[in-house]
Amino acid sequence: MHRTGELYGQFQTLDQQRESATFGMWVFLVTEILFFGGLFLTYTINRHVYGVAFGVGSNTLDLKLGGFNTAVLIASSFTMAMAVWASQTGKKTQVTIFLILTLILGSTFLGVKVIEYSQKFEHHLIPGHGFDISYHSQNPSATDTPKLIQGEKEELEKALSRDPYLNSHTQLYFSLYFGMTGLHALHMVVGAGLLIWLIKQSFRGRFTPDYNTPVELIGLYWHFVDIVWIYLFPLLYLIDRHQ
Amino acid sequence: MSEHIVSPKIYAVIGSTLLLFTGVTVYAAYVDLGPLNIVVALAIATFKATLVVLYFMHLRYSPKRTQLVIIAGVFWLAVMLFMTLSDYITRA
Repeated sequence: MHRTGELYGQFQTLDQQRESATFGMWVFLVTEILFFGGLFLTYTINRHVYGVAFGVGSNTLDLKLGGFNTAVLIASSFTMAMAVWASQTGKKTQVTIFLILTLILGSTFLGVKVIEYSQKFEHHLIPGHGFDISYHSQNPSATDTPKLIQGEKEELEKALSRDPYLNSHTQLYFSLYFGMTGLHALHMVVGAGLLIWLIKQSFRGRFTPDYNTPVELIGLYWHFVDIVWIYLFPLLYLIDRHQ
Repeated sequence: MSEHIVSPKIYAVIGSTLLLFTGVTVYAAYVDLGPLNIVVALAIATFKATLVVLYFMHLRYSPKRTQLVIIAGVFWLAVMLFMTLSDYITRA
């Protein structure tokens, strides 16, 4: 394994070696852009055709939790960038601290996602046999105000008059919601695993101004996952909020 | 050419700008702009993504070869979206 920063035979300088690694990581990330791109395309077509149902589906999401998670992920990108900076400037303790902060923020994001998913389970919004878009307005929990339930009922009625197959079409929205946020969350889980490995290496003082390629590359991956969420958040949470 | 080190100050400015525009995009979603709502949302998201790529991911300080890879990736994504949508949107 090549972990200590010595020069490999096929490269002439350490700079060339480092640039090759970064270049390779970017090529991988470009394949990831197209990987997620297929889902974004599917989303766009379905939203174009079933706009009403997508608006109804979007309004069932918890904007407070979604907005909080967006902020958490941006903060984690900041701490990741700071870990790269600390490794480039030889601040070994700070590298570890910033990596641990990034891991904590990433785990917070996933924890909030668990809360959001479980709410969808409780409200019968998982695509499949038990799916029922009107379940929540007919079976409100004790904490929901009558005004909120009334608003939901009116929204559903209005939407049903524009789209008689609302229940089926909102399932499409939720299939894409779980598919896209699920794939994104899977990337976060992989990222968290990579961070744990980085933290272990960092504890041993492996990262120095001469050798910090793993921090840099996993940083690139982490920021990419952040960018995917930057698009997912407005596309999934903010479709028809003004109505 | 040795690597460019971006200062924590720049990272902090970019991080705060990203948080600020997250607020802006939520606010804009509550204003009824008709078909422009989605345009504004995507413009803000693209602005945020560009900041992340240029500064957090150091693309601004990367060799031209690396920059070309990103441009190529975004270009092919645009081709895929544009050609498929020009079919769907123009169907009778």
